[in-house]
This record gives sequence, structure tokens and C-alpha cells, in this order.
Amino acid sequence: MSTVILASLALMSLALCLAFVRLYRGPSLPDRVVALELFSSMIVGIIGVVAIATDVPSLLDVAIVMALMAFMAAIGFARFLERGGPRDD
Amino acid sequence: MIEMFKAGLILTGALFMFLAALGLVRLPDLLTRMHATTKAATLGASLIMLAVALHFGEVAVVARALGVILFIMMTAPVAAHVIGRAGYFVGAKLWHGTIKDELRPNYDPLTHELKSGLETDANAVHHPRESDPK
Repeated sequence: MSTVILASLALMSLALCLAFVRLYRGPSLPDRVVALELFSSMIVGIIGVVAIATDVPSLLDVAIVMALMAFMAAIGFARFLERGGPRDD
Repeated sequence: MIEMFKAGLILTGALFMFLAALGLVRLPDLLTRMHATTKAATLGASLIMLAVALHFGEVAVVARALGVILFIMMTAPVAAHVIGRAGYFVGAKLWHGTIKDELRPNYDPLTHELKSGLETDANAVHHPRESDPK
């Protein structure tokens, strides 16, 4: 079981690095917002795996809060972008 | 048996997350990138939460894990819709191989006015009803 957990954590860390590449390169601001959104989904997954590895069920509350914050942040970013009008970055 | 099922769920979930990140890096424009990330990452997080529910097997934890799944499944499409809409309004460039953009001819970015495509003279005639206020 610990090999599976290690492998999945390694895979998700690699995925975080890839998402960070897009966050750094992203030609426009919406691309970066999408990368941040993916970050939060992956962090929810990582928290789930860590909860299994350490046998601490309270970590699930952290995952719930993380998902909630990500949703709020996405809505806020979208409002901010739309209010700004067309942009060229 | 449950151990193997759990390991399979965790590994598939992690794999789907990795595929989402790969699509985010490799695909050419905003909408295709969102197409990769929203669905695959939602499925990955849901599978891992299912594994958590299997691992603990208590009512409180299973309820919370299912709550996370339900919340992610309900909010991910809304967030993706909002970001995609904002991206289109902001003027994110589409991929050069895009075949059809049906919003382009029908939508005026300055006035935010959207045509239905059915604007003929016959449709434009106003038919007053009995219940209309005078």
C-alpha cells in the first residue's frame, strides 16, 4: 500500500510541476486562472491521499475548505476579468 | 480485496490528475486547456475521495467524502463556465485550427448584445395581447 501511495504522490507532484509551468508561461490571464483552478483540485487529491497514508480523517475538512475556496476564487477572478473588458496580454 | 480496489482507485485518480496537467501544458488554446483540466481533474479528485471513503469506512468520514465529491461535481462546471465566458469576453485567442466559432457573427462585444439568428421582419412584428398593460 505504501508503494501505491508513494507512486500516486509522485505522480501528483509531477502534475503540480506541469501546472506550474502553465502558470508561469500562460499567455493570457485566463490561462493562469485555469492553472490555479487545477492546482486546487490536485491539492484536494493530495490531501485525500495524505489522509489515507496518515489515518487522520479530520484532514477531509481541509479538503472541503480547499474546494470551497477554489470555487470562490474562480468566481471572483472571472468577475474581475469581465469587468476589465477586452485586454491584450 | 478492498485493499486492491483502494490502490486501483488511488492510482487511477492520480493518473487522471497527471493527464489533466499534461493537457494543460500541451493543448493549444484556453478552451481546449479547460476541456482537459475540468473533467479529468474532477474525475481524479472524485476517485481519490472514493478511496478515502473505502479506507475509513465510518459513517461520518464516508458522508464527508461523498460531500466533497458532490461539491466538486457541482462547482467545477460552474467555475469552468464562468472562466470560459470571461476568457471569451477578454478576447483570448482561439487556436488557428479552429473550424467554427458560432458566437463571433452573432455577438457584439461592445454592447454585449446577442442575436438569436431568427431576426426576420416577420418575427420583429409586435403582436399585442389582451393582458398587456395599456
